[in-house]
Amino acid sequence: MIPAQFDYVRPGDLDETLAILKDREGDAKLLSGGYSLIPLIKLRLAQPALLVDLRDVTGLDGIVETDDYLRIGARATHRQIHEADVVRDNYPLLHDVTATIGDPQVRNWGTIGGSVAHADPASDWPAALIAGNATIVCRSQSGEREIASRDFFLDTFQTAIEPTEVLTEIRVVRRPRASAGAYEKLERKVGDFATVGVAAIVWLDDAGHIKRAGIGLTGVAETPFAATDAEAVLLGNAPSDDLFRAAGAAAGAQSRPFGDVRGPVDYKRAMAAELTLRALRRATERALASA
Amino acid sequence: MTTQHITVSVNGEAHEADVEPRLLLVHFLRDDLGLTGTHVGCDTSNCGACTIHVDGVSAKSCTMLAVQADGRELKTIEGMASEPTLHPLQQAFWDQHGLQCGFCTPGMIMQAAWLLAENPDPDEAEIREGISGNLCRCTGYVNIVKAIQQAAGELSAAESAPVVAAGTVDGQEVSAEPAAAG
Repeated sequence: MIPAQFDYVRPGDLDETLAILKDREGDAKLLSGGYSLIPLIKLRLAQPALLVDLRDVTGLDGIVETDDYLRIGARATHRQIHEADVVRDNYPLLHDVTATIGDPQVRNWGTIGGSVAHADPASDWPAALIAGNATIVCRSQSGEREIASRDFFLDTFQTAIEPTEVLTEIRVVRRPRASAGAYEKLERKVGDFATVGVAAIVWLDDAGHIKRAGIGLTGVAETPFAATDAEAVLLGNAPSDDLFRAAGAAAGAQSRPFGDVRGPVDYKRAMAAELTLRALRRATERALASA
Repeated sequence: MTTQHITVSVNGEAHEADVEPRLLLVHFLRDDLGLTGTHVGCDTSNCGACTIHVDGVSAKSCTMLAVQADGRELKTIEGMASEPTLHPLQQAFWDQHGLQCGFCTPGMIMQAAWLLAENPDPDEAEIREGISGNLCRCTGYVNIVKAIQQAAGELSAAESAPVVAAGTVDGQEVSAEPAAAG
């Protein structure tokens, strides 16, 4: 497949990048790893007039834990995140996600910022970011803007990023004691997009009740979303399989899947419920282990 | 639309070219450089037949633009053997019957080479995970896994072999490199 023609530019830093985006507002697409964008331009589903390659832009990488959050630079590859000690040791949900995205070659080159900005309705990262109430940070010439992950994914391949903005980093809330997350993904075959993906986070209080919960679903609506009904079912209750089953039912009911090659609507709803149950079970086991 | 001037090293040889930004790296390798060992299988980033190394990291060359390779070092299947000796992975695929039609083989070998560089002693599950981005429609993967296991053994044996100090032995010049290092 041959992409349509486009121009290409490789700015040397972020300021130059932002100036190009301002100058060519609406014409330009940012190129990071390319593993989401290039398949789209090959299919000519996207036909940008200009590709702006971020390869030489420094300051967009790095995975660092601050007092408040885990900062993941937008150009960190899935593999770099997977292999970061801090992620392996403290963020099991993120580690689950990086283990299941695409395949090794995709993880070698694909970046979290590219994947999130692309906003495929069945991609893995958004579910985890939504479950954890992560913050997505964008920069334009007028400054930095923080966007809550729950306000970020607007529709299929559509996000809250403005055409003049660059997604610079993701901030994941620092994991407290007695909390943990897990990601469950159903795929037809290894490396496939999720038929259904569920990220769940539970945070237990001293009495062992759920004081906060976050659930993000992917693959079962026009865009990844927060299963707020399921979160409400969990709040203040002692974890149990019955409770998780009820939360799963709520998540399935809140899903709006399309029937397609990965299965009919009823099947996807049922799988959303089942995977929510499994993700909650595993997250709770991990939270108890860290209490 | 303006062309871009790129400089790439492919299998140790420098190449310069003016390319359209939309030119895919795999087409640059095959059509411009004539390196047709790298195959286009699915053309949708799924099958891994086009796998090469870019700065030592495995990549699907159908999902990369030639302009993205500017200034980088590429390695393709043509760069694996040191004539007349096959690379241990190539020999192992032969020995273990790790191919039937052979279409996936260049990508499979390049991915396996990257895997073994990262993890010289992978177990079967790690091998299967490592080649999960490469599809084979003939073999059922069993012999491919065996071939990678054979090559892993040979490569690590070569790695751990005592290195002969450079100098002369019986009047012959010898290098400091282990003979079978891949």
